[in-house]
Amino acid sequence: MARITLENIAHAYRPNPQGEADYALKELDYDWTDGEAYALLGASGCGKTTLLNIISGLIRPSRGRILFDGQDVTDAPTAERNIAQVFQFPVVYDTLTVRDNLAFPLRNRGLPAAQVAARVQAVARMLGLEDMLSRRARGLTADAKQKISLGRGMVRQDVNAILFDEPLTVIDPHMKWELRTQLKSLHREFGHTMIYVTHDQTEALTFANRVVVMHEGRVVQIGTPQELFERPAHTFVGYFIGSPGMNLIPARIEGDRAHLPGGTIPLGRGYAGLSGPVEIGVRPEFARLSDAEGLPVTIRRVEDVGRHRIVRADLGGTPISILADEDEPLGPDRTRVVFDSDRVGVYADGWRVEGRP
Amino acid sequence: MKPVNNRAWFLVLPVLVLVAFSAVIPLMTVVNYSVQDTFGDNEFFWNGIYWFDDLLHSERMWQALGRQILFSAIVLAIEVPLGVFIALHMSKKGAWASACLVVMALPLLIPFNVVGTIWQIFGRPDIGLLGHTLASLGLDYNYTRDILDAWVTIVVMDVWHWTSLIALLAYAGLRSIPDAYYQAAKIDQASRWAVFRYIELPKMRGVLVIAILLRFMDSFMIYTEPFVVTGGGPGNATTFLSIDLVKMALGQFDLGPAAAFSIMYFLVILLVSWAFYTVMTNLDREEGPR
Repeated sequence: MARITLENIAHAYRPNPQGEADYALKELDYDWTDGEAYALLGASGCGKTTLLNIISGLIRPSRGRILFDGQDVTDAPTAERNIAQVFQFPVVYDTLTVRDNLAFPLRNRGLPAAQVAARVQAVARMLGLEDMLSRRARGLTADAKQKISLGRGMVRQDVNAILFDEPLTVIDPHMKWELRTQLKSLHREFGHTMIYVTHDQTEALTFANRVVVMHEGRVVQIGTPQELFERPAHTFVGYFIGSPGMNLIPARIEGDRAHLPGGTIPLGRGYAGLSGPVEIGVRPEFARLSDAEGLPVTIRRVEDVGRHRIVRADLGGTPISILADEDEPLGPDRTRVVFDSDRVGVYADGWRVEGRP
Repeated sequence: MKPVNNRAWFLVLPVLVLVAFSAVIPLMTVVNYSVQDTFGDNEFFWNGIYWFDDLLHSERMWQALGRQILFSAIVLAIEVPLGVFIALHMSKKGAWASACLVVMALPLLIPFNVVGTIWQIFGRPDIGLLGHTLASLGLDYNYTRDILDAWVTIVVMDVWHWTSLIALLAYAGLRSIPDAYYQAAKIDQASRWAVFRYIELPKMRGVLVIAILLRFMDSFMIYTEPFVVTGGGPGNATTFLSIDLVKMALGQFDLGPAAAFSIMYFLVILLVSWAFYTVMTNLDREEGPR
């Protein structure tokens, strides 16, 4: 296992990139801690697969260096990096048995047969594949095939990192949850460095210790699920993570007060020298309806999702969402919204600005 | 009981009529001829299975069948591996890919008798490029006189004409393999041979079954090209079943024996193709879920 260092990595698919816009992956400098579970989260086309392929060696970055445990592997081919990858669609060797599939990477590396058999047995036990070892891989279900793919990586004891490229895409919903849980416990037990690419926030937040959120080729925030929820560094993170996403309301900030359409609200901190379009961001969880205080809103509709209700409202032309408990009264008199002032973030040009207390 | 309405059968009628005229009626005509004899004047006599019996004891037929099987076996043994080999080395993308496809498809576009003519001239020791070159190298090459030379010429001609078909089908099979398989193989440090054996060959299997079946049927029915090049000679050395059949039916105008011959010829192809297909698909099933 290894620490993976990205030094000023950037990648453009076209030769001779000119400006920022040509780069599919904007410059990135980051240390991936050994033994940590990461998720690369972002919408389709945000560059997360590019980043994964740079780490696995399928793509050579246009700029920068990549190091495994301090050793430069920028030009090393995939085979030499000693990583494992689980692809979106299960890749198994159809005509081979499950046992031979698992043994394949070890046999190719010339390990003695006894050692191969022992490793295969061990990995099959970890993944719960023991019962199907002598079956052919072809007829198995998608989730079993994904386990085999994963097993082909885990069977190598010295594997540097295991990369996952949206591995649950073709798995049935009820198996998704089970596989994710299993992955998590495998990580806890064996401590492989795992990097998991996904566009599904639930997958990312439940799987990873640290989530790397990407947007338009840029890493916008790296943090624990809690950090992403509580202090999104970019409006994209606020919007993308959470269900529904963070409310973003255009505002004019004066010191520790924000002027919004329909009134002024206090902020917990003071802000100065903001440039670009300024917005405040507040999660629906930290907004509540009131009959007396707060800003007037027009309520459009109420969605009951079971454990709570989502109130869709309109604040001076900006649609916002408010979370209301199941037993909270809703009525024609409760048409004002109150934001929890500690939880209101200020964003200038999309990026979070830290205020002074 | 549910009401039954049989009017839907009318929808099948056009197909039945078409198949009747295109296959069933002509075939039945042949069946009709095969059990009768005639001395001209459109007078026919019932002859039972005499022609069939006669044919089964005919050395000429057995020899032609032997040559036919040998020819198909040689041609398949060369074309299938060669076609796969070419497909593996064709460009995957870019302008070269299109160029390769066009070049590969070219022999398939040439009419059969033109292929025969090309090789007939190509191999002539006096004016043919190949024949003359070989002759000036001091090789005694003459496909009209030497049995081996005749066979080599016809086999090479068939390989030239039809390997492309296998290559194109195999190429299509190869192109359908997602990149992830190759990436996974790289990560697993699979050798080139292992990639071929465990990824490419299994994925090509479906199209290869079709390719082999097509090539078997076609080579077993071959007529035009060897007829143009050697006319079945020297002697009877390249007289395949179809050439023999035409000699019998049109040359000697022996309608009855020729009809019996046709039917048995048809049954042999049908039987071998069926056996072949069954074996291939059973192999498939064995490897599937148990």
